Amino acid sequence: MQVELKIKRYNPETDTKPHWQTYTVDMEPTDKVLDAIHEVKYHQDGTLALRRSCVHGVCGSDAMVINGVNRLACTQLIQDVGDKITVEPIRGLPVIKDLVVDMEPFFAQYRSVLPYLVTTDEPGYRERTQSSEERDRFDDTTKCILCAACTTSCPVFWGNSGYVGPAAIVNAHRFIFDSRDEAGAERLDVLNDRTGVWRCRTAFNCTDACPRDIKVTQAIEEVKREILYSRI
Amino acid sequence: MNVHHHSYDAVIVGAGGAGLRAAIEVAGKCRVAVLTKLYPTRSHTGAAQGGMCAALANVEEDSWEWHAFDTVKGADYLGDQPAIEIMCREAIDAVVELEHFGLPFNRTPEGKIDQRRFGGHTRNHGEAAVRRACYSADRTGHMILQTLFQQCVKRDVTFFNEFQVLDMVFADDPGTPAGRRVAGVIAYEMATGDLHVFTTKAALFASGGFGRMFKISSNAVSLTGDGPGLLYRRGIPMQDMEFFQFHPTGIYKLGILLSEAARGEGGILRNVDGERFMERYAPTVKDLAPRDMVSRSIMTEIREGRGAGADKDMVYLDLTHLPPEQIDEKLPDITDFVRTYLGIEPKKDPIPIQPTAHYAMGGIPTNVDGQVVIDADNTVLPGLYAAGECACVSVHGANRLGTNSLLDIVVFGRRGGRDMARFVIDADQPELAPEPEAEVLARIEKMKAGAGDANTADLRTRLQAEMTANAMVFRTEESLAHATEVIDELTEEYEQVSIDDKGQVFNYDLTEALELGYLIELAKVTVASARARTESRGAHFRDDHPLREDEHWMKHTLATRKDDGGVHLGYKPVIGGNYEPMERKY
Repeated sequence: MQVELKIKRYNPETDTKPHWQTYTVDMEPTDKVLDAIHEVKYHQDGTLALRRSCVHGVCGSDAMVINGVNRLACTQLIQDVGDKITVEPIRGLPVIKDLVVDMEPFFAQYRSVLPYLVTTDEPGYRERTQSSEERDRFDDTTKCILCAACTTSCPVFWGNSGYVGPAAIVNAHRFIFDSRDEAGAERLDVLNDRTGVWRCRTAFNCTDACPRDIKVTQAIEEVKREILYSRI
Repeated sequence: MNVHHHSYDAVIVGAGGAGLRAAIEVAGKCRVAVLTKLYPTRSHTGAAQGGMCAALANVEEDSWEWHAFDTVKGADYLGDQPAIEIMCREAIDAVVELEHFGLPFNRTPEGKIDQRRFGGHTRNHGEAAVRRACYSADRTGHMILQTLFQQCVKRDVTFFNEFQVLDMVFADDPGTPAGRRVAGVIAYEMATGDLHVFTTKAALFASGGFGRMFKISSNAVSLTGDGPGLLYRRGIPMQDMEFFQFHPTGIYKLGILLSEAARGEGGILRNVDGERFMERYAPTVKDLAPRDMVSRSIMTEIREGRGAGADKDMVYLDLTHLPPEQIDEKLPDITDFVRTYLGIEPKKDPIPIQPTAHYAMGGIPTNVDGQVVIDADNTVLPGLYAAGECACVSVHGANRLGTNSLLDIVVFGRRGGRDMARFVIDADQPELAPEPEAEVLARIEKMKAGAGDANTADLRTRLQAEMTANAMVFRTEESLAHATEVIDELTEEYEQVSIDDKGQVFNYDLTEALELGYLIELAKVTVASARARTESRGAHFRDDHPLREDEHWMKHTLATRKDDGGVHLGYKPVIGGNYEPMERKY
């Protein structure tokens, strides 16, 4: 089938501002959107820049705006998005070239929530025990691949890049609700800040955008409740 | 083009499991930088699914000696037994340490780390499948990668993200056995197109595999063998490159991995008649035979006309008899892949699969401390280290057992890091010759100036098609001679590659063209090594030499690059141990 692929292009070495460019490619309905972009890159314009690696939805490199919503290009089949496809970089992070954005602000927010297990006990030579129920409490948020699809779909983040954003909250949630962790209070302090969870307006864009089907908005709500309960 | 200079005690190339585990070991002990051409969390360790074996004996009797025996036998006796013993013994500590780092393993009812069955892992030397794989649903690699990255964040490790290493610089070290030592690393910064010269006492390569030389592959598109490729060009031998693992269950035509855990949880392989054909090939462990055997069995079914589908070139992975809640709890990701890419429901329909290029057993030769050894006498090149898939210790020999790669990266990432931290204490800062980046600069300029009519993607597609057609599960002198011819043509045509993008910023057109050079080079080594080995062992199967021949071939291949680009083949002995070679039956 013929696919009309409209890509938002920007080359900092030659362009003053981004512009749309339309390509026609011949694809199978079961091909991925990424395959169509590759077809352009490999046979029409080699200057097209995008990040991708695993090409099956686990490395988190190729989040982009596809027909208006945040998706991974490697998990969207053409038959599911139609023969007219628009592709643009994720929003709210500075565009460097074509579909490549500056990820550093995103990872800085991630680092701000102490995204690692903090313990003071001496665990000895064997594993700590944890019940399946305790593990289930944070299972959903362990799935995050840091693709930034959630954070860059959030209208609050677009308006205020200081907002810590859904992805960082998801990664804080992963440790706050881990029975082995001891730094929940510190993380809740970070997220109780004016750039923290209270900025969330429950737009649910993040939940819709997550390619790992993490219940992002629910995780944010659980963190909000935890802050309130911990203050009582 | 700007050139920047940095000075470190140690540089780690690659930020997957092995690189990150090495970084944790080195952090705080010396000045270390981790260079990755991706972001750390994009590394392909994150795509590993099924588990990591260690004889914790949490759910049934087990011992690390049994694990070692299984690994030796799985390797078709080409693995070095002292290294295998170290890996299987330290596996227990390695898993416990990951738990202490926060890894969310699935748990037993008592709250201990749960374990499940995996191909080739058995109780008491082959009696029956044993529950040895520690796991986190079917995303164990993701959890390992995330957990190790978290620990690096905690330790404030210095990362240079999207820095692609393109060359290794050595300094003369007269009077020493190797005659040279590590002096520096040259990296290309994606965001600016600038070159960075890192002066360093030591470098640890953990840059992953090169499965993208095959068309049907489970590997990320970034797995182009840059580390092994650039070291090979600098005179480092490549060991056992003929041994490349083809995983039995890739999604049909796409090659996306469907974990062996699917069979560990009870999944069954069936041919077009619905027959559970593995009963004929491996009567004891059936579908949980090692990967080389299962892949060969699948290809035999297909060759004998019992394949399914319009082209009769695939078989089925059947999960339909498993309880739906077990699938949701233990195999959520891979069943999602099937829904996404094939549009079928694995709870109701069997899944079309075919073998997919998965893992390089061969690579940069090292000893058990991660030190790179450069000849048949195992002479150490001071300061040079390798760990993970790019390395060859050799613990996987001719065929790796499932889960042993995640184990390998953690155990030997740690050992390599530890030895590197020790090494840099006494080593002085090396002197770099002037303009060590000259060769890289020339290569980039030449690529940008290229006006030929060859296209990177087209050459790569031809390479991949040829390797999948003629150097995969079944090989013959004839098929490998054909592959040699095609690779020689591609080597010539590669000189005519021209690229569209002449810019500096995120020029993937350029980096993909450079990566193709490594892929072609390593494919050439793979085929030359395979052609010379006139026997069948592990993943290397020759229709024209179907038997294992220990008398002639119980030895590691060492391929070195000749000045004219040809491949020189040498050999070195396999290091034996407790287990004498015997016929491999399951």
